[in-house]
Amino acid sequence: MTVTRRRSSPPLGPLALRTAAAWAAALLLFFPLGWLLLTAFKTELQAISVPPLLWFTPTLENFLEVQERSDYLLYAGNSVITSVLSTLLGLLLAAPAAYAMAFFKGRYTKDILMWMLSTKMMPAVGALVPIYVLAQKSQLLDTRLALIIVFTLSNLPIMVWMLYSHFKDIPHEILEAARMDGATLWQEVRLVLLPLGMGGLASTGLLCLVLAWNEAFWSLNLSAAKAGTLATLIASYSSPEGLFWAKLSAASLMAIAPIVVFGWFSQKQLVQGLTFGAVK
Amino acid sequence: MNRLLARLLLIPAMVPLLLWMIVPLVMTIYFSFIRYNLLQPEQSGFVGLENFEYFVTDPSFGAAVLNTVLLLGSVIIITVLLGVALALLTDAPFPGRSLVRLLLIAPFFVMPTVNALLWKHMMMNPIYGVLAQVWLFFGAQPVDWLTDYPLLSVIIMVAWQWLPFATLIFMTALQGMNHEQLEAARMDGANYLQQLRYLYMPHLARSMAVVVMIEMIFLLGIFAEISTTTNGGPGDASTNVTFLIFKQALLNFDAGVASAGALFAVLLANVAAWFLIRMVGKNLDR
Repeated sequence: MTVTRRRSSPPLGPLALRTAAAWAAALLLFFPLGWLLLTAFKTELQAISVPPLLWFTPTLENFLEVQERSDYLLYAGNSVITSVLSTLLGLLLAAPAAYAMAFFKGRYTKDILMWMLSTKMMPAVGALVPIYVLAQKSQLLDTRLALIIVFTLSNLPIMVWMLYSHFKDIPHEILEAARMDGATLWQEVRLVLLPLGMGGLASTGLLCLVLAWNEAFWSLNLSAAKAGTLATLIASYSSPEGLFWAKLSAASLMAIAPIVVFGWFSQKQLVQGLTFGAVK
Repeated sequence: MNRLLARLLLIPAMVPLLLWMIVPLVMTIYFSFIRYNLLQPEQSGFVGLENFEYFVTDPSFGAAVLNTVLLLGSVIIITVLLGVALALLTDAPFPGRSLVRLLLIAPFFVMPTVNALLWKHMMMNPIYGVLAQVWLFFGAQPVDWLTDYPLLSVIIMVAWQWLPFATLIFMTALQGMNHEQLEAARMDGANYLQQLRYLYMPHLARSMAVVVMIEMIFLLGIFAEISTTTNGGPGDASTNVTFLIFKQALLNFDAGVASAGALFAVLLANVAAWFLIRMVGKNLDR
């Protein structure tokens, strides 16, 4: 990544005003999450007190109860396993294709790329009945394997695109030089492509991890108590009206905290990834 | 040798994707012509276009299509407009800028089910919810959001989730501005509106295209925000096409009608894709 010196933009109004406006916007938009954070440490009674409580003695009991009530660790484990494995599998499938298209550009490369993206345009619900029936028939309903396969396939087009746009930016001359020097394909991949493409592989992996972790459509429809991910666990809190806010907040906090922190650290890669490098 | 190798390397990605596309599509087409109940799979038979007729004449159908378009359109408009505004606001340095940016982009990483329940219970609850308290504070009658304004409520949740994405993309794009040009324009006495019109907007065009494209892909399939809050209701007030098909498939177990609906959704997505390529394709072409 190149380091560009950043000059200040033309200021929009006086500094004090801009500072106040930006902070107000940030606090307003972050408020629901901040409220979730506070509620997670309240008792159920404090959580629904009117007017809402801002000062209270924090309690950790919700976090314990979430684990006891619904085996949080099982769902968290499912989330980790399905998102990590589908990301790794996706990288394994996507990287060779992206490499081939970036370095052996053929007549149909562009068509193949467009076709792959078009599979992403197909709404998930269009495949719901067939995938559900297939999973049912092959006894894969409510298994992690089914989720891993579905997550991988639904992220695969994006992964190929992202890797392709990253690999394309690697100067061809370097690979050609390696080939001239008699490097085998494996040497070329290991000594040139992997080190230079590491950034691309990492950002692709990060994005897919976030997408798989937060995926809700397939986890809600294909999984339940055994293979359910954290997205499924949270959805199970939708029925008991009002009475479980503190526990819901604690469970939610445990479900989103890792990925929000992770997202903060990798925002730069995520932007590159999500925009296929078209925005820099 | 190299060409052959390149083709071989495409196989691991292309074959699964091809299957992922073809198999469900063929099955969906097949199911859409038969009577197929997921609970009684043995009772099947060719019914011609009956499933299509049923899906399209379903009173919920019109509402679902309209809601899909309204949801998509309003979320895209809100996120692009506010996203540009927030990105411009946080582009120049001010105290605490990096923290402000973290707070602004956080909602994007929140999973849809958490987002939905957070708004449903803690923000929009008509008695205990934060919004109700704010309304009361100003002496207004609290609003029962999910009952009285179900679609608007879903739009608020989804826009809240996707605004950070747009903001983040625009923030990144602004870093690539040509500052010599900006300074020159300012020296020549261009006011802020003129700079916005002739320098910022053209520069942001490409990232706007990206935002519209990505949001379109994801927003056509909005599901969890609806299924965990309003369940499509009351009535069909917040049912979108995705949710309607889900209802036919896994609540009514009518796989035939759901499949007919799925084909319609594919058609809708293709129309959207056509617009997308028309509108934004040239912006992305390099």
